[in-house]
Amino acid sequence: MTRTAEIISRCQDLFDDLHFAYAREWKAAVPGRKVVGFMPFYVPRELIHAAGALPLGILGGGDQLEVIHGDAYYQSYICRIPRSTIELGVGGRLDFVDGMLFPSICDVIRNLSGMWKIMFPKVKSRYFDVPQNYRDDIGGEFYVNELNELREMLAELCGREVRDDAIRASIALYNENRRLVREVYAFRARQPWKAPSSEVYLLMRAGMILAVEEHSRLLREYLEAATSEERPRRDNSRVVVTGAFCEQPPLNLIKSTELSGCYIVDDDFMLVNRWENSDVPVEGDPLRNLALAYLHNSASTSAKYEPDQAQKGAYLVEAVKRTRAEGVIFAAPSFCDPALLERPMLQHVLAAHDIPYIAFKYAENSGQMQPIREQAGTFADSIKLWSER
Amino acid sequence: MSAAPVGEAIKDRSMLKQKEMIAENYELLATAKEAGRKVASTFVPGNLNELIMCFDVVNNLPEINAIQNGMRKKSGAYIMEAEKRGHSEDVCTYVKADLGMLAKGNLGPDGRPLPDPDLLLLSYTGCFTFMKWFELLREQYKCETAMLHVPYEGEGHASKNMVDYVVKQLKEEVIPKLERVSGVKFDIDRLRQYLKESAKAEEDFVWVLESAKTKPSPIDAYFGGVYYIGPIFTSFRGTEDASEYYQLLRAEIEERIQQRLGPVTPDGEVHEERYRLVVEGPPNWTSFRDFWKMFYDDGAVVVASTYTKVGGVYDLGFRHDPDHPLESLAQYCLGCYTNRNLPARIGLLEKYVNEYEADGLLINSIKSCNSFSAGQLLMLREIERRTGKPAAFIETDLVDPRYFSPANVRNRLESYFQMIEQKRRGTKPPAAAAE
Repeated sequence: MTRTAEIISRCQDLFDDLHFAYAREWKAAVPGRKVVGFMPFYVPRELIHAAGALPLGILGGGDQLEVIHGDAYYQSYICRIPRSTIELGVGGRLDFVDGMLFPSICDVIRNLSGMWKIMFPKVKSRYFDVPQNYRDDIGGEFYVNELNELREMLAELCGREVRDDAIRASIALYNENRRLVREVYAFRARQPWKAPSSEVYLLMRAGMILAVEEHSRLLREYLEAATSEERPRRDNSRVVVTGAFCEQPPLNLIKSTELSGCYIVDDDFMLVNRWENSDVPVEGDPLRNLALAYLHNSASTSAKYEPDQAQKGAYLVEAVKRTRAEGVIFAAPSFCDPALLERPMLQHVLAAHDIPYIAFKYAENSGQMQPIREQAGTFADSIKLWSER
Repeated sequence: MSAAPVGEAIKDRSMLKQKEMIAENYELLATAKEAGRKVASTFVPGNLNELIMCFDVVNNLPEINAIQNGMRKKSGAYIMEAEKRGHSEDVCTYVKADLGMLAKGNLGPDGRPLPDPDLLLLSYTGCFTFMKWFELLREQYKCETAMLHVPYEGEGHASKNMVDYVVKQLKEEVIPKLERVSGVKFDIDRLRQYLKESAKAEEDFVWVLESAKTKPSPIDAYFGGVYYIGPIFTSFRGTEDASEYYQLLRAEIEERIQQRLGPVTPDGEVHEERYRLVVEGPPNWTSFRDFWKMFYDDGAVVVASTYTKVGGVYDLGFRHDPDHPLESLAQYCLGCYTNRNLPARIGLLEKYVNEYEADGLLINSIKSCNSFSAGQLLMLREIERRTGKPAAFIETDLVDPRYFSPANVRNRLESYFQMIEQKRRGTKPPAAAAE
């Protein structure tokens, strides 16, 4: 087995384990340890880490979880991630999770925060709001206060004060982690045949469960191994995948996209891993630093309001240029309001820049990949045949 | 004996008054450009009507246009137009009805073109889709946008941080933009005056809603309720017209109570109240009258509803306060029904079932409204558990006629009414049941 294969095999095991053995063992290793779950698209993991707890990304149940109880809580026209998350909860798979954070991404996840309070009253759960106003003295101040409230909640949960110094130390660790994540993404954009997206995906998913120090080590090892390994280079088209920032596509969908002739050179699968575009300052007031990074130095996604019409979708065009992509695949979960409402606006921007695109929908448990392969394959071929880019 | 209404519906003075008010507002919109008036588009939940009026700006509400188009059977074609233009079949049909109407010439419900807005005033309250909706409209109109981010009451209350954040946005972002667009300087005393007028109307409005505690209820608080909320939820809150409307309405209902009359329906009065229901969720607009008829034909009267709280939960005590004008607007925005967390919403439903002595809860789950719909099946279970009253679930849509299936809805309602009957028989002692 090659070194990348070994690393990815470990990530695959973590990905497949819907009982979260790693997190359970981490918690059991030291009495009093706590685990705080969070849903997409972003929470300040630094605060959870600084409180001594393990941040655990909950990204639904994937295609291996049979959802029975979860379906009883949702109508057929609501996306899949809340029902599989309920299934994880009701089925006892999250019984070791002490706190849950529900970020401000859409109405479904927002309402799930209240459902969690009722269904799992022993878990400290919180809807985590972020500002849609980007002025330091308005949205920034609101956010600093929200972060303070979160800090207090975590202190109570973990039974210890969450000091500024501890937050600064956590910021430094996450800065390093984000740098490595960005390096992996940049490496894949340069040599996508050496870092297949299915591998990069699993590597990033591991960051949703592993302690940050361990994940950073894994990223470093992968970069080193992938750089040194030779792999066959295909005549694939280079694409950016967008719209998959919450409910995750099945791993097979990513593999099928690649097999059909596309190199995915950028994606928004797990935005939290590289939310801040560059390092968050470590000196000074850590909460203010996190707040300012959110306001002025973070990723763009449809859950965020774009105040400047001229900047709408600019991030996607920039991603295409930066990664030398030849097209964009809009892959959104069925019934995903943020992604599907945003899609026409982004498509208009791409059209204005003469960037080809296709769109399809999926659910985390989609099983039939033939249509995806055909659509992505045709797109890849059409880029090769017709595009002048 | 049939519970179906008898006689012809006669228009009350309050109905005529509201009709005139609506016609006047569409007239103002249609003539705004010639009259040199500026126009703002904004939403119902968390609307800032009193503030908008301070700048002599005319108020256009895309949701109301979508509702009007739904009731006039126009929304289906508009939705399909929007879908043809790349909007997903999965998303909110208010948005698509609005964008489709725009694509088809933007004719208002009165057949005259609606003016392009000078300002998109996005008060983002209780529904994430609003934010995207206005980004979509901004793309079309390319006009100025004022964004008011209203945080969600995730912990079940408005914190000081939330109120301060909203007030600051009003002061630093919304008011300066309104001043710039309108050319009118902000006068806080003018705002106070409007808020005082709002509070007056709110008192009467709450009295009207609570009149349904009487047996028989003189109103239907859902189907009739959507008319009663009209002035206070839209472009008239803070006006003398609105105050007058609620005074008229209150007097009419007082008279109905004295005469022990049931609610007015399009087919006359409900003369026998057989089921008292609480309803959660918005109504279907494309088949509104057919939908309502399924209730009143069986003597089912809605005594409380949550849809009549989307533009403000006044019956829990909130009133606009002229002594704290901006804070009061912030509290109003924060407290709208869908901006409250699920435990608070369930608590409100439980209170309604108990205080209005309802027979049960009916949920009309709306396909395109996740803000309302996500979590409703838990609400159903919780209400049954807490009150011991039966709850039922039907599914329709706001303005997409493809999602209204009369046979299914009727079947479910009939089963539900039977369930209530069984529950009554099961809980009453035989002697009482035989009476």
